Amino acid sequence: MRQSRARAGEAPRVLGRFGDFGGMYVPETLVPACQELDRAFRDAWGDPAFRNELDHLLRTYAGRPSPLTECDRLGEELGCRILFKREDLNHTGSHKINNCLGQILLAKRMGKTRIIAETGAGQHGVATATVCARFGLPCVVYMGATDVERQKPNVFRMKLLGAEVIPVTSGTGTLKDAMNEALRYWVANAETHFYIIGTVAGPHPYPLMVRDFQSVIGREARQQIMDAEGRLPDTIVACIGGGSNAMGLFHPFLDDESVRIFGVEAAGKGIPSGLHAASLAGGTPGVLHGNRTYLLQDDDGQIIDAHSISAGLDYPGIGPEHSWLHDMERVEYVSATDEQALDAFQLCSRLEGIIPALEPSHALSFVGTIIGDMDKDEIVILNMCGRGDKDLGAVLPMLEERGKL
Amino acid sequence: MAATQDGKILKMTSRIDAAFANARAEDRGVFGVFVSAGDPDRETSNAILDTLVESKVDIIELGMPFSDPMADGPAIQAASLRALKAGMTLAGTLEMARGFRTRHPDTPLVLMGYYNPIYIYGVDAFLADAVAAGVDGLIIVDLPPEEDDELCLPAREAGLDFIRLVTPTSDAARLPVVLATASGFVYYVAITGITGTQSAAGASISAAYGRISAATDLPIVTGFGIRTPEQAGEAASLSDGAIVGSAVVDIIADNLDKDGRGTPEIVSKIAAFVGDLASGVAASGRRG
Repeated sequence: MRQSRARAGEAPRVLGRFGDFGGMYVPETLVPACQELDRAFRDAWGDPAFRNELDHLLRTYAGRPSPLTECDRLGEELGCRILFKREDLNHTGSHKINNCLGQILLAKRMGKTRIIAETGAGQHGVATATVCARFGLPCVVYMGATDVERQKPNVFRMKLLGAEVIPVTSGTGTLKDAMNEALRYWVANAETHFYIIGTVAGPHPYPLMVRDFQSVIGREARQQIMDAEGRLPDTIVACIGGGSNAMGLFHPFLDDESVRIFGVEAAGKGIPSGLHAASLAGGTPGVLHGNRTYLLQDDDGQIIDAHSISAGLDYPGIGPEHSWLHDMERVEYVSATDEQALDAFQLCSRLEGIIPALEPSHALSFVGTIIGDMDKDEIVILNMCGRGDKDLGAVLPMLEERGKL
Repeated sequence: MAATQDGKILKMTSRIDAAFANARAEDRGVFGVFVSAGDPDRETSNAILDTLVESKVDIIELGMPFSDPMADGPAIQAASLRALKAGMTLAGTLEMARGFRTRHPDTPLVLMGYYNPIYIYGVDAFLADAVAAGVDGLIIVDLPPEEDDELCLPAREAGLDFIRLVTPTSDAARLPVVLATASGFVYYVAITGITGTQSAAGASISAAYGRISAATDLPIVTGFGIRTPEQAGEAASLSDGAIVGSAVVDIIADNLDKDGRGTPEIVSKIAAFVGDLASGVAASGRRG
């Protein structure tokens, strides 16, 4: 069953395929657009001038490299050494900027004149609106009407940055519907518009391209830990909605057999409750948004809504490469509930002076549950993929309600 | 094995081929209508199918409802959700197809939708059940030729036509790829966009017909954005036929009762509207 680990880092061998997952399941109108993007991306990625320009922007605009911070008090509490890869310190407050800078440079290179994006929590929407402002391209962001309501500060940020935010009321008004609507708009405007997808999902080449743009996270972390400790980490951990921050951290470590890798999905109110966003733990393979991957769906193949306290993890699918790494057992996929994430959110704030986003709080809460397995000298790197400012409005009443403030 | 033989027999006397031959004999293009299976409920939906046959629709496209129809505009999205809410499933759609075939032995029936419900149903089981139900062809929006192994090739093997969408973005390099495994007819998507949103100019349909017909012997039918008898007539006379979807589905949406359920007016209003469309197609004559 288990394929050679050495192969995990090489995928996709067949273009657009991660084992049986991935692919290009799109309407005919989008096939030329996806193929054009695939050619353009591979050409750009192999062009030193493009890579240099991207590196320059990542350094001078996004603030990279992000530090690797040892968290002594948390480590003491958890019984291991834990280091945060500080994507929360990036410009716009999360890892999303890494991918957006890559894609906007590609859009310019391809001569596209307008940008579209979908967003759930709004972090990707803000990052997209930011790079559009920086490069002077008009930007339309599709956002589920439900999310527009619960993420008001990010809606304001996007508008301030000059983006047009379109609330999506079709379907259930959440991230999957925003993605449907962005795809519909792209179908009608593919010739002039560039669609910046925010996660490692969608039709080929998006899962591959977004992974490669986000892999700067793992490449830096690998170099930083080698420089500081002279050895690889024992464990790396990241939260997963669509899975772009996780794929970015994991990919450069996939072929390092000694490194245990954990992806933490959102278990919402618990997997048995059905109210969760854990596509691997509670889903089955299917085809949505251009790729085959694990999905939350019913017996008839209709997509079921995801639930998570964190809008950024609230997606009924997962990137196809994660599905593949799951089936080949290279990455261990686990989950954390809303309550566990809230506890970790508070713990991290109090012990480290770092207010995490709710998304990486899921990953952190999982680290607390595996301490039994670990030696106190073991090194864990956790992708602190975003800061918690955006969540304060939602978290405050929840903590008050629970008497935890 | 039986399915394959059935398929081969079907192929020789294909209802789709016969529909095009009939229209040619009457010196007109074919007229197709799309509705979602089970919209707004199964009983009304069956009555709508019957009325379409009575109103001289040559080819019926029956939508397989899906929760996330990414190439459809608001009208067909809403139709899909109404049908799902009323309990329609892929198994239910196949049952409707079987019932339709019992009542209407000659009218071609094409199932149209997205791949995921079929994938979950199981491709082999789906093809066997679709053939047994008397389905003639499939249009699967999110299965381009790049994914032919999934369903297109097994469907052709089972004797079902696999109808391809060709779009204004299908250029000289792309057309042969799209048409290589196409059968039945070619569905020309006259606009670069989703269903039901705008209409195409006659000149662009004519130019597209020239390009596509140079690359295939299959008949070419125009759809997306056709809303009036005049548009239907024009599209049918500039290609080999016209398909109307959203404009018919809108009649369902506009005639629900206050609880969102079907009413008798839906069937009578569709009959009148579709009758006008059919007359529009008949009056416009044939291409050339």
